[in-house]
Amino acid sequence: MQEGTQRVKFYQTGTLTVGNRLLDVELRTVQATTDRSNAITSGHRACQGCGEALGARYALDAAMRASNGNMIAVNATGCLEVFSTPYPETSWTLPWLHSLFGNAAAVASGVAAALRTQGRHDIRVVAQGGDGGTTDIGFACLSGMFERNDDVLYICYDNQGYMNTGVQRSSATPPTARTATTPAIGGEPGNIFGTGKDVPRIAMAHEIPYVATASVADLHDLEAKVTKAMSMHGARYIHVFVPCPLGWGAPTNSTIRVARLASESALFPLFEAEHGEVIASSPIRKQVPVEDYLKTQNRFAHLFKPERDEERIAVLQQMADRNIKRYDLLREEVKA
Amino acid sequence: MLKQIEGSRAVAEGVALCRPQVICAYPITPQTHIVEELGALVKTGELHGCEFINVESEFAALSVAIGASAAGARAYTATSSQGLLYMTEAVYNASGMGLPIVMTLGNRAIGAPINIWNDHSDAMAIRDAGWIMLFAETNQEAIDLHIQAFRLAEELSTPVMVCVDGFILTHAYEQVEMPSQKEVDHFLPPFEPAQILDPNKPITLGALVGPEAFAEVRYLAHRKQLTAMERIPALAHEFAMNFARDSGGLFHPYKTEKAKTIIVAMGSVCGTIKDVADDMREAGHSVGVIALTTFRPFPFAQLRDALKGATKIIVIEKSLTAGMGGPLAAEIKLALGKSKQTLYSVIAGLGGRPITKDSIRGIVERVAHDELPDTTFLDLNWDVVNEAVGGAHTQLIEKHTNHKPKS
Repeated sequence: MQEGTQRVKFYQTGTLTVGNRLLDVELRTVQATTDRSNAITSGHRACQGCGEALGARYALDAAMRASNGNMIAVNATGCLEVFSTPYPETSWTLPWLHSLFGNAAAVASGVAAALRTQGRHDIRVVAQGGDGGTTDIGFACLSGMFERNDDVLYICYDNQGYMNTGVQRSSATPPTARTATTPAIGGEPGNIFGTGKDVPRIAMAHEIPYVATASVADLHDLEAKVTKAMSMHGARYIHVFVPCPLGWGAPTNSTIRVARLASESALFPLFEAEHGEVIASSPIRKQVPVEDYLKTQNRFAHLFKPERDEERIAVLQQMADRNIKRYDLLREEVKA
Repeated sequence: MLKQIEGSRAVAEGVALCRPQVICAYPITPQTHIVEELGALVKTGELHGCEFINVESEFAALSVAIGASAAGARAYTATSSQGLLYMTEAVYNASGMGLPIVMTLGNRAIGAPINIWNDHSDAMAIRDAGWIMLFAETNQEAIDLHIQAFRLAEELSTPVMVCVDGFILTHAYEQVEMPSQKEVDHFLPPFEPAQILDPNKPITLGALVGPEAFAEVRYLAHRKQLTAMERIPALAHEFAMNFARDSGGLFHPYKTEKAKTIIVAMGSVCGTIKDVADDMREAGHSVGVIALTTFRPFPFAQLRDALKGATKIIVIEKSLTAGMGGPLAAEIKLALGKSKQTLYSVIAGLGGRPITKDSIRGIVERVAHDELPDTTFLDLNWDVVNEAVGGAHTQLIEKHTNHKPKS
């Protein structure tokens, strides 16, 4: 095979993924039916292999199904907003509102308040934004929506940087990652250690009814968490891991694999919390060292060449190990 | 019903009569009493069917109002000064999306230096944001403008800001005629939004618009303002028919007929200026006043017509564009076109400095003797200025400006 080309793969080998048709009907993904809601239709301008487009489609289709289509989506500025609504076109088949970069949570609070005062109690509100719009510029509005316990499900699609503006660092960018504003040069190449914030845990500190992390590596789990969140009221938060092939320097057909390695290395733990307490986590079924994950992306290339940066790889492994301990990710699964 | 109440309470009761459905509150002096009163009215149930939301910032306050308005609710908020600047991005957004939000601006200076007192710097900072901007002269007019504002906003699908001078009006106890609920309901029908977020008829609001249509969107916003120019006097007339008093409209001329000198101003200071005009007319000066109510849209043609009999025009305004002068004076100058009338710009009342009758009289007298410069800073304390000009900071600036790079 020539360098730079890859054979098209139709399924992920070496995983424990279960084919949808092998599941009980009620456990099957909403995407497997012909009557799926299709919240975001094809024809949008997302890049090939976009994790956010995939995550948003599954999340919103699940939310639409859970609400019988009675929902309104509010969107922060960002890739998702830009690639889905180039006027006069739109990919959204549900009522959708975009206001600004930093106010999606507050706008959603306003929509929820309007619905309450109008007695339209059957209509649900979902807000969504990228990590920049959520953990940085939209953080005050997000925290305000949480502490008021407004009836909004906020979904953050985390691709660990400002991809829409050309891959700059956000507070969700992991240490050592190269971005346009954390170049892989100098004594501490890439994003530096000791920075960033863990917004799912900050959300938990608000003691809101529901907080979960999810990943496009496990779409079924994502759907289940969205469905569960939609069955509850008050402020809810789901933080979805969505690789960005362009920003991360990864092949466009590796999105799911990269996301899976993030969870199997424990760098991105999958868990659920209710009212500030962790109630469940997804155990790692086949643990991998963090370098297996890091090697898939050019943004970490400086950790491996010209020579291995043992020290930094070890610190990243420690971060993963801490997640394993915190969320008990290597426990023996209890078989039913 | 006649009531002797604080301006903020008057505004709050007037807003409550408009049956808002979502009110967002964030405290900033001097608008606090307004949202406090409204919060109490919601809590006691006097204002029912309304959500009162305590938010974490002014940016959130207007953002919540944007969401509520887009979902079809009558939305209201209030702010002042720094708060308005903090929400500026949302101010532009609300008008860009054509959301009929009504907001009270309790006018206050902008820092630094921090200052809580009244001037119009805040309103001037967002004058290009696409909102209709109305200035109340009295507490009575503040009530009445809010009632007209909701009607205007919803007719045109555009946000309206009602400017009420901080402290001078918001904290002043005045006698006001509070309309009845029946009267207001008759004037202001329930909100029927032009478009609404509805799962049965999904729409996309806030799409990305490129160069191919952006100018058209902006032009349409301008056109909407021009439509407002016609609707504002019409609504003021209808208001007068229903409530038996004159409030609102484009501006209030006072003794301008055959006046050789006309003073133009906005807000509460117009009362003081009218008193001076009365006194000076008795002393033989031919002075009239125009109290400008509608600042956006700016009534160029109407003002030109109203001012045409005067040879001298004095604009007294509570704002300053540093490096340029008075923004209102600049727009009046534009309104006058090629006319040979002399325009005097007076910057006054910044940061709450009282504008006294004596000072205004002095201005008019100096104008009568052709002694006033084009731009005057009223009652400037030259001791303070001169001390600063001769101070260390100025010396440092001089050092920098005289710096010659080594060759």
